[in-house]
Amino acid sequence: MSDALRAETVRITGANGDEIEAYLAQPLDDTVRGGVVVIHHMPGYDAATKEIVRRFATMGYDAICPNLYFREAPGASPDDAAATARAAGGVPDARLVGDVDGAATHLKGLPHANGKIGVIGYCSGGRQTVLSACSLQIDAAVDCYGAFVVGNPPEGSASKVRGIEELLPNLSCPLLGLFGADDSHPSPEQTATLESILTEHGKTFDFHTYEGAGHAFFAVDRPSYRPEAAVDGWERVTAFFGKQLA
Amino acid sequence: MCTYATEKIKVAGSGKGADGWFRLSDATVYFDHPVHALDEHTLNIDFLNPAKGPGARVAVELTEESGRALMEAIRIALDSAPAH
Repeated sequence: MSDALRAETVRITGANGDEIEAYLAQPLDDTVRGGVVVIHHMPGYDAATKEIVRRFATMGYDAICPNLYFREAPGASPDDAAATARAAGGVPDARLVGDVDGAATHLKGLPHANGKIGVIGYCSGGRQTVLSACSLQIDAAVDCYGAFVVGNPPEGSASKVRGIEELLPNLSCPLLGLFGADDSHPSPEQTATLESILTEHGKTFDFHTYEGAGHAFFAVDRPSYRPEAAVDGWERVTAFFGKQLA
Repeated sequence: MCTYATEKIKVAGSGKGADGWFRLSDATVYFDHPVHALDEHTLNIDFLNPAKGPGARVAVELTEESGRALMEAIRIALDSAPAH
């Protein structure tokens, strides 16, 4: 396998047939491969997320991240776009699912696609990953510290986000969950609740909660970064996608 | 940015952003992960004019201590101003 890759901004068809921006990275060799949809964290479609997309390409996948804030803030800097989306209460669930579906369809149409799709998301993208895996037929999902898969935001919050407990029986694929023991959104109690619901419905999942880590421990450009958890987490993601997307 | 708890208010005044001064219409206040500050959580304030687009924004990310000091400073400044 060559280590050359191509990474670029593309346009894809998202929810409701809307054209949206996405960041696509592809290995330049001819190996047949799976695809990975990366769902960005609430701070947006930023440089750190694009780095994650490129990393998946170095691992041999076609990888894509749709800009979930493109409609509200086309061309805006990621932090301004995130502020706009926050003030609007976040991304509507149905639109998110449509955008992820569009991203997956784009990956499946690439020349070397094997048809397998994994989805991974961070922060708000963790919840959106589970939402996608409960709404679409995909092959593997990784929830990195997604809040409000179970439970709701505080009363009075502008956020329209709600728990998706009732969708969990529809989970279409194995789920890897990576969490921080010091996180409060989701708290270890909430991930334990999620585990019990998935167990009740006979779903395949593998959860890891890292001691000494809180929210966003994968974020290399933030003080929340925890190298030990992040390195182990990346190893688990590598093994999980290696198995499920082959 | 995962507590999602956000206070939203209407404001009147002006702010200076990346493209110069503009009229403000809205502000959001939240205690959450910052984009740039070196704390895991900060008090974040966005002064906005959504009608002018996402870039019409003046943002600050303050430590909790700084936020409380700012509140007190604002209170003192407003209370000590002559009646108008």
